[in-house]
Parts: sequence; C-alpha cells; structure tokens
Amino acid sequence: MTVMPHLRRLEAEAIFILREVVATAGKPVLLYSIGKDSAVLLHLALKAFHPGRLPFPLLHVDTGWKFREMITFRDETVRRLGLDLIVHVNEEGVRAGINPVVSGSRLHTDVMKTQGLKQALDKYGFDAAFGGARRDEEKSRAKERIFSLRSPGHRWDPKNQRPEPWALFNTRKKPGESFRVFPLSNWTEADVWAYIAQEDIPVVPLYFAKTRPVVRRGGTLIMRDDERLPLLPGEGVENRMIRFRTLGCYPLTGAIESEASTLDGIIAEMNASRASERQGRLVDHDGMASMEAKKQEGYF
Amino acid sequence: MDAAFQQATMPDAAMPDAAAHGGRDARTLLRFITCGSVDDGKSTLIGRLLYEAGAVFDDQLTALDSDSARLGTTGGARDFALLVDGLAAEREQGITIDVAYRYFSTPRRSFIVADTPGHEQYTRNMATGASTADAAILLVDARKGLLAQTRRHSCIVAAMGVRQIVVAVNKMDLVGFDEGVFRAIEAEYARIAAPLGFLRITAIPVCAREGDNLAAGSSRMPWYRGEALLPLLDMIEPGARGARDAAFAMPVQWVNRPDADFRGFSGTIASGQVRRGDVVTVLPSGRESSIARIVTRDGDRENAHADEAVTLVLADEVDVSRGDVLTAASAVRASARPRTRDVIEARLIVTGEAPMRVGAAFLVKLGTAMTGATLTAIRDMVDIESYASVAAETLGMNAIGHVTLRFDKPLVLTDFAANAVLGGFILIDRATNETRAFGFVLPDPPMRMARETPLARLVARGFGPAGSAQRKARLEVVTWRLFSALAVAGIVAALTGMAAFAMIAGLADLVLRPLARMLHHALWLKLHARQDAELLDGGGI
Repeated sequence: MTVMPHLRRLEAEAIFILREVVATAGKPVLLYSIGKDSAVLLHLALKAFHPGRLPFPLLHVDTGWKFREMITFRDETVRRLGLDLIVHVNEEGVRAGINPVVSGSRLHTDVMKTQGLKQALDKYGFDAAFGGARRDEEKSRAKERIFSLRSPGHRWDPKNQRPEPWALFNTRKKPGESFRVFPLSNWTEADVWAYIAQEDIPVVPLYFAKTRPVVRRGGTLIMRDDERLPLLPGEGVENRMIRFRTLGCYPLTGAIESEASTLDGIIAEMNASRASERQGRLVDHDGMASMEAKKQEGYF
Repeated sequence: MDAAFQQATMPDAAMPDAAAHGGRDARTLLRFITCGSVDDGKSTLIGRLLYEAGAVFDDQLTALDSDSARLGTTGGARDFALLVDGLAAEREQGITIDVAYRYFSTPRRSFIVADTPGHEQYTRNMATGASTADAAILLVDARKGLLAQTRRHSCIVAAMGVRQIVVAVNKMDLVGFDEGVFRAIEAEYARIAAPLGFLRITAIPVCAREGDNLAAGSSRMPWYRGEALLPLLDMIEPGARGARDAAFAMPVQWVNRPDADFRGFSGTIASGQVRRGDVVTVLPSGRESSIARIVTRDGDRENAHADEAVTLVLADEVDVSRGDVLTAASAVRASARPRTRDVIEARLIVTGEAPMRVGAAFLVKLGTAMTGATLTAIRDMVDIESYASVAAETLGMNAIGHVTLRFDKPLVLTDFAANAVLGGFILIDRATNETRAFGFVLPDPPMRMARETPLARLVARGFGPAGSAQRKARLEVVTWRLFSALAVAGIVAALTGMAAFAMIAGLADLVLRPLARMLHHALWLKLHARQDAELLDGGGI
C-alpha cells in the first residue's frame, strides 16, 4: 500500500477545511495579505471550489505601508483570476497620523492591522475568516485550533478552546461569534516553498534576491521603498543584493542578504539557514508572549 | 474565469505518488503524539528532538537561553521544554496545558508531533492529539516506573485508535543507566498493555536532556541494541487514515453548483477508491447512479483514492446533499461497509465538564452529517486505570463509557475500528455549543434485529433500549404485577372453584391496585407534602 506523500496530504487537509467553512458559515472571507502563505491559501481555495468561482471575497487590510511591489502584485492577481477584493484601511488611524516610523511597531500594528481587521469584519458581517497562519511560525500559534472561535469582540481565549479530534470541526457558533480558520496550520515554511515550486504558484518578486536600496538600522536591513522612510543622522542608502523571507509593512520587515534569485535557490538557502522565518519581523519581538497577547486582542 | 476551467484529461492509473503528480518531494508524513505524567520530561524530549533534527534556529536558541536563565527548571542550563510550552500560563506554571503541534523532518519523512498534557483535567487535549496520530510515544520516568497515569494514557491512546506504541524510559542518567531498571519497566508495560490490543510496542531507554538514544545510540547504554528514537520514527509505518482496500465511501461535504450546467459533489474520500464509470449508491436514500467525471483543478482524473479531496459528477440527476455518503457495493467485510442507523452502540470519551445523563439531548456530527442525538442508555464505564468495566449512572468529564444513542434521523456510518472517518463522531451541547464528547461507533450487537419493527420500537420507547438497565428494572416491575395478579386469581380459584370469578379478581387486581396506589400516593402527598421517587417506584406492592 502506497502512502500519500506529505504535500498531498497537507493539500487535501486544507481543501477539506476550506470546503467545511463554506458549507457551514454564513459569510466567509479570505484574509489576503499578499505574502507567500496567502498565495498558497488562494491557490488551495481555487482548487477546492473548482470549477466554480471562489464563493467568498478576499479582504486585504491595508496599513498603507506595504511594499509597492506587493500592491502591484495584489491587483494583478485579482485581475488575472477574476477575484472579488475588498481593501480596507482604518481611516481613523490614518487621520490620527499613526505610522510605523513615528508611532512605533506596536501601536501601528494594533491600530492599522488589528483594529482595521476588526472594523472590516464587523462592517461586512463576515462570520468566518480564512488566514494563512501556520503553527510552526510562533509558539502561541502552535497551540491555536484550526477553527479558532472568537467572541463578539474578536477575542481569542487560549484556555477555552474546543478540542478538534480527527477532522471533525465543531462549527457551531452563537450570533456575534465568528471563526478565524487556518487551513495551513500544519504546513511549515519548507512545505510552503516546496508546494509553490510544485504547483508553480506566482509570488511577489520581493522574495527573490535582487539589488535593492536598503538602510542598515539597529542590525536590521530595511528597504527604503519610498521617501516616507526618513534617514537618521549618519544613515545612508546603499544598494545591496537582498530578498525577504516574510513580507509585512516595509519599515517593519527586515531583509536578508542573499543571492537566491530562483525557487531552487530559496529552498536551498532555507534548508541551510540557521535563523527562523520570523526573525525579520520586528512586531514579534515586543516582549515575551507578545503574539499571544495580540491574538487575544483580535489580531489573527 | 481562469484557464484551468477548461477540461483536460490526465490519466492517473497509478497510485497518487509523487511521480504521478510531478511532485519533487516524496517524503511521507508521520504524525505522532507524546504523552506522559507531569515532570516525565515530555516537553524536554520534544524540544531536544527538534534540536537534534535541526529544526531549532539560532535566534530561537538565543531566545531559549535567555528564557532558560529566567524561567528554566534546569538551574540556568538550556531548558528544552521552554521551546514548546507556548502559552504564557504554561511557562509560568512550568506545565503543558494545551496540545501543541510541532514540525520537523528527516530526509525520509516529515513529522507532525502533538505534544499533549499529562494532567487528568486536560485529557481531552490528549485525546485530540491522539486522534490523528499514527503512533504514540509514552514517557516513563525511570525512577518512578509505571504510574496510574501511564495506564490512563495508554487506555485513551488505545481508545482513540493508535496501534503503535514507543515506551521512552526517560531520565536513565538518574538510575545510573541501569539495564535492570529498564528491562523491568519494559516487561511490566508489556503486561499491563496486553488487554489494549496494540499492534507493536517498542521500549527505548533515553535521557532526553542529554540526548542519549534520541538521534543516535548512546555510549552510556551499550547494552541497548535497538534503534534510537529518531531512526525508529523514520521506520514506523504510517497508517492511511482511510483504508484503501475497503469499499469506496465519500461523505458529501459540499454541493458545487456554480451554474446550471455543472453539479458536482465535493468531499474527501473516506475509504477505498473510485473510478470513472463506477456505479455508486447514495446513502441513506439508496438511489443509484454512476461516476461521470472526477473533477480537479489539475484536470479530470480516471480514478481517486482514500484521503484525496475531489469533486464527483454523477451521470444522473439524483438528489444528493451535504451529509449523504456516496458508496460502492463491494465484496468486503460487513463491518467495513457503511450502514444506515438511527440507534447505535458507541463508546464515548467525555470532554465537557458537565456529566452526561440518560435522556440528555445533543447534536451529533459524524462525517459531514449533523443531527440531534439522545443518550438513551449508559451500559457501563471503563475504569481507565484497571481497564475493568463498572456500572455507572452518569459519565463525568474524562470518563470512557459504553452507551446507546438514538439519532433524530438515520446516519450513514461504519464501525470506528473499520474507519475513523465514518466511525468517529462528536457530541455538541445544544445550548453552549461546547464539544461534550468524542464518540466511537461500535459494532451492532449480535442480538439486534436487522430492522426495528414497530412493536420493538414501542417496547423500546416504553421500557428503554434492549439490554439496558432501565429496561431490566421496568420489566421486573411489570412481571411482578402479572405474577401477583395471577397469584390473586389462583387463590380465588382455589377458594371458590369458579374460573370466571378468579379471572375477574385477577384482572381487578391488575387494574385497580395501581389506581388505588396512585390515589393513595396523591392523598399521602397532600398530607405530607413530600415526594419520594424510590417509594413510587416500589409500585406493584
């Protein structure tokens, strides 16, 4: 008896989860953050509901500080696949002048991402939101369910999670409650890249090494994507061969020096790397258990 | 609409291995669970395994070292347990509360580890981790030997269907790497696990903190000639969740109807395989049709197998909805063939805090179907430490019991032992939506009538299900009434010698006595304003 290779098993599991939500939720949405995990999630959703169109829209909570290449890629993807995309910006945050450079990563993430996401979910009445989060990314994510129940205020209660035996998801919820659903829970970074290679899934070019303008700040290489990133005294812009392992708001995402300009190169580099994927994400390092605290407040 | 909408035919006669799909990665996936008592070193073992397998990165090691100095239980030395205890409460208390999933790989396969808590109050989290596991690693502290918890964990793991056990006898350094200690634990475990029916039990002496016998053999235990833990995990055969050699069955998850021209039934195949042209039966309706297309975004397929997510198009317009099961008749064991039932025997593991009582109503989710369910009888409870069957009125949290359930509408199911997809279910609280129990379909009892007659149904309603304690008690009352009426008739017949007279006296006794009893009881209540169910049940006196 042949056993299915693990990528096929992961794919089938994710498709099952996507379908289970569409069969049981009132108004689902896919949180599309443009990165590689979102690309894989979108690809799996297209497979799950083929030959039909996606039975839900995509939602991008735009902080206004994404790399320009990400926005270009997003709009091109939506056009190519004929998708429905909702872009939500927290206008209150914009009016209050919140930005990652002056306000700091913590306030910026809370207002523009967490509050923005909650606003959008409430505004459109979505009761199930797919996210591309994986359990191998961070310790508190490792303990989150695939169907993560959120209270009417979108809070996560890590101590009161429903058990998920087999593939039997308890999809019951009360009015006002909602689910965050993570079809990629059991995928690792290596699985995501192997699958992108196997399925030939387009991703944002920023993942591939290229000469780009960067500023070295506090040991991190920040790409100067536009003029909004002010230079501190003594700082200079240099052109270096870099790429990104994860993509977020550009002033909060560290680049790595790399020569990997192809998928094979990325996979080889990842296998040899001694640093974790989220090392470059400044938002994760706001104190111990900070992801857990953010999730409790409604961050996905 | 994208290009993949256009149909293409991709012959796929071979098993869906990596080559057939053009995949680069042919590694298999093994899921396992680790369980043990508090302080057995479970989290340390996993943390160390991740480290040995190269899945811990430098920045994580740096964070670990600073966490170890602050929170560690190892006097400042690197505490591998902190790699996996993720929730703030866990790090503060130094225990594992929730099941955590961890990932690592070797050149041969990828692993998903469910690190589960040992505390009894978190049993449901352990059962969750076990539900998808191909194997279980049971931690035993060499100094303490087997504990009541070891027996409890073994029982739960067995109940959840795990068939391969690795007994990791940890902290061998603290018993001087003594072979005698290890052999005694190995033999004792083989003895206690005998009733649980595991397929394979392997014992390994380890020292998780120092890494002995994890990635490679240990020079400190030359007497151990077996495999180290990682090489052993590389060799364990993962079980396909849906058995390939069983009859085809697919619970319909979602009806894909994008326009008037296309109607497909999406689902993940639970067992067996299906080919284009196969005749299928829709359960529970029993309607037949055949497979016209097996649709995927990568093109139509000729066949598909257990565990694959597909969309099937039938040749005829038949009524199919979510919760129905598409099946193919085939010459397989009756126990593996899906059957339609509205009353089942089942084992439950209670996961909710409130005890479960006879008469309680729930929602049941089985496969993709959901309906109402009533607990009609509790037959017994398993003492999860002695594995003995004991009588029980209710099933409290963490209890394992044998029950009878009645569904509001018939469900398509199989025995859990034959297939977990159509044999495992959950019971959901109607008010709180909490998951109250995990359930396992047991074989139909041998005495059960193939189809319930209206009379049997009436008897079941009045007296409780066949074989239940409730039915026995009520039957005793009824037979005692009949016996006493016969006795009255007999006495009257003996005294008067008139049969008609005796019959009237007997019938009068049968009818009037309960009426008189009720009248008396009502008067008594009025006088004493107190009700005693026990006394009322003494009817027939």
